[in-house]
Amino acid sequence: MQRRAHPALIAFAVLTFLFLIGPLVIIVGAALSDTSYLTFPPQGLTLHWFQNVFEISAFKRTMITSFQLAVGGTALSMAIGIPAAYAMARYRIELPRFLGNVFVLPILVPEIVLGFSLMKSVAVGSGVPIMGALLLGHALLVLPYCVRVVGASLNSFDFSIEEAAVSLGCPRWKAFFTVVLPNVKPGIIAGFILAFITSLNDVSISIFLTGPGVSTLPIQLLAHMEQFFDPTIASVSVLLMFVTVAVMAIVERTLGLTFLTK
Amino acid sequence: MSPRLQAWLLAIPATLLVAVFLGLPVLSTFATTIGTDGSPLSNYSAYFESRFRMTVLWRTMEVALITTLVSVAVGFPTAWIVAKSPGRLKSILIIAAVFPLLTGVVVRSFAWLVILGRNGILNEFLQKVGLTAEPLSMLYTQGSVIIAMIYLFVPLMILTLVGVLEGIPEDLTDAAASLGATPASTFRQVVLPMAVPGLIVGAVLVFTGSFTSYATPQLLGGERQMMMGTFLYQRAMVTFDWVGASTIAVIMVVVTLATVIAMSRLARRMNPVAG
Repeated sequence: MQRRAHPALIAFAVLTFLFLIGPLVIIVGAALSDTSYLTFPPQGLTLHWFQNVFEISAFKRTMITSFQLAVGGTALSMAIGIPAAYAMARYRIELPRFLGNVFVLPILVPEIVLGFSLMKSVAVGSGVPIMGALLLGHALLVLPYCVRVVGASLNSFDFSIEEAAVSLGCPRWKAFFTVVLPNVKPGIIAGFILAFITSLNDVSISIFLTGPGVSTLPIQLLAHMEQFFDPTIASVSVLLMFVTVAVMAIVERTLGLTFLTK
Repeated sequence: MSPRLQAWLLAIPATLLVAVFLGLPVLSTFATTIGTDGSPLSNYSAYFESRFRMTVLWRTMEVALITTLVSVAVGFPTAWIVAKSPGRLKSILIIAAVFPLLTGVVVRSFAWLVILGRNGILNEFLQKVGLTAEPLSMLYTQGSVIIAMIYLFVPLMILTLVGVLEGIPEDLTDAAASLGATPASTFRQVVLPMAVPGLIVGAVLVFTGSFTSYATPQLLGGERQMMMGTFLYQRAMVTFDWVGASTIAVIMVVVTLATVIAMSRLARRMNPVAG
C-alpha cells in the first residue's frame, strides 16, 4: 500500500509529526539557553537552569511528593485491582456483568469532578488528611489502567495451568503467586508504569487537594509559571520528558508500544 | 468456599474503593445541587438563565467540538499513513505519537505558552521577517486554547485510529481496486465505513477530554476564556461557592454521559458488521 500513498498525504503526515514533536524540541532548546528568558533557538548553551531546578526547594519537595504519590497510589490500585481483574477473568460467570464497568467508572466521571468531589466530601467533609485524600484520588485515577492492562494479560492466560497446579496439590493462594502472577508479569509491569506516569502528570484531581504544605510537581509548575517565566520550567519539563522516555522503554520491553494502539 | 463467594471476595476491595471514594462523593455533589428554596432544580434554572454562565458552557462546547473535528481531520490521514508504513518506520512513527501523549498536559500546554506568548517564538519570528511591527497578542484567546487542545489530542486520535486502520485487511482494498474502484471510492465505500467505530471512539475521547480539561484553558485561556473546568475550579476554590461549583460539576457529568451514550448508539447503528 505504501507505494500507492498519495504524495500529498505523505506530506500531510510529515507536517503532523512536525507539529507533534516541534513544540517539545522548542522546550528542550529553551531549557538549554543561556538567557534569563525563554527563547528558541537557544543562545549559548548552559545546564544552569537544570541546576536551578534542584536549588528551588519547592520543586525538590513537590518532586518527591509526586513520586511518592505515583508509586503509592499505583501500588494501592494494583493491590486491589489485580485481584479484581483476576476475578473478572477467572470467574466471569460468577460475577454480575456490570461489575467490569465499575472498575472503569473513573474514566466516565470527569477527573475534575472527581477531584472537586473528593475535596468536598473526603478532605473537608470527613477530615481525611490531604496526603490521604491525594492517595485515594490517584489510586482511583489509575485503577482503570491497572484493571484493564492486567486484565488483558489475564484474558490470554490459560487457566488450565493453574488448575493443573491445584490438582497436583498446590494451595490456591500459592498457585496464584507462583503460577498466575509470573505469567502476567509483563502486563503488571506495563500497567504499573502507565499508571505511574498518569498519576505523575495529573493536574485535575491534585489541583483541588493540594494546599499550603502539600503540593505535587505539576501543580507547583502551574504556580511557578504564573509568577516567573524563566527557563527553569523548561528544565523541569525536560526532566519529565526523561521520565516519559523511561516509561516508553519499559512498555516497549514488556507489552510493546503497539499495545497502546489496541 | 463456593467460586461465587471467592470471586466476590477478590472483587470487593476495588468495588468498595470506587463505591466509597468515587460513588458517594459524586452523589453528594449531585445532592448539593438540589435547591432548598422552591423548585429542586432552582440551581440549574439559575445557571441556564445566567448569561455569563451560559457563555462559559457554549464556549466550552464550541472549543471541544472544534478540537474534535480538527483532531479527526488531522489524525485520520496521518493514522492512515502510519498504518500503511513498513515495520520499522511504523514503530518510529508510533513512538513519535506516544511520546507527546505520555508527556504531561502541563508541559505540553507550557510549550504553547512559549510559542504564542507576547515575547514568544512566533512573535519574534513574525517581527524578524517583518510581517508585523508590534508583537501580536495571541495568548488568552479562543484560538490559543484550541491550538493547544488540538496539540493535546491529535496523538490520542492517531493511536486510536492506527489500531482500527491496521485491522482493515489489505485484500479488501486490493479487491476494490482490482474491480475498478478509484482510490477515492475505495476510501469512501470500503475504508471509511470500517473506520467509523474507531472514529467514534476517538471523537468521544477527544470531545469529553477537551470538554472537561482544566490545565490547558487555565494556562492559555485564563480568566478571559473561562471554560467549564476553570469555571468549576474558580467557583470551588476562589469564591467558595460549592453549590455553584457542584452545579457545574453535574452539568459536566451529564454532558459527558450523554456524549458517550449517544455516540455508542451511533456506533452500533453504523457498524457494518452488526448490520
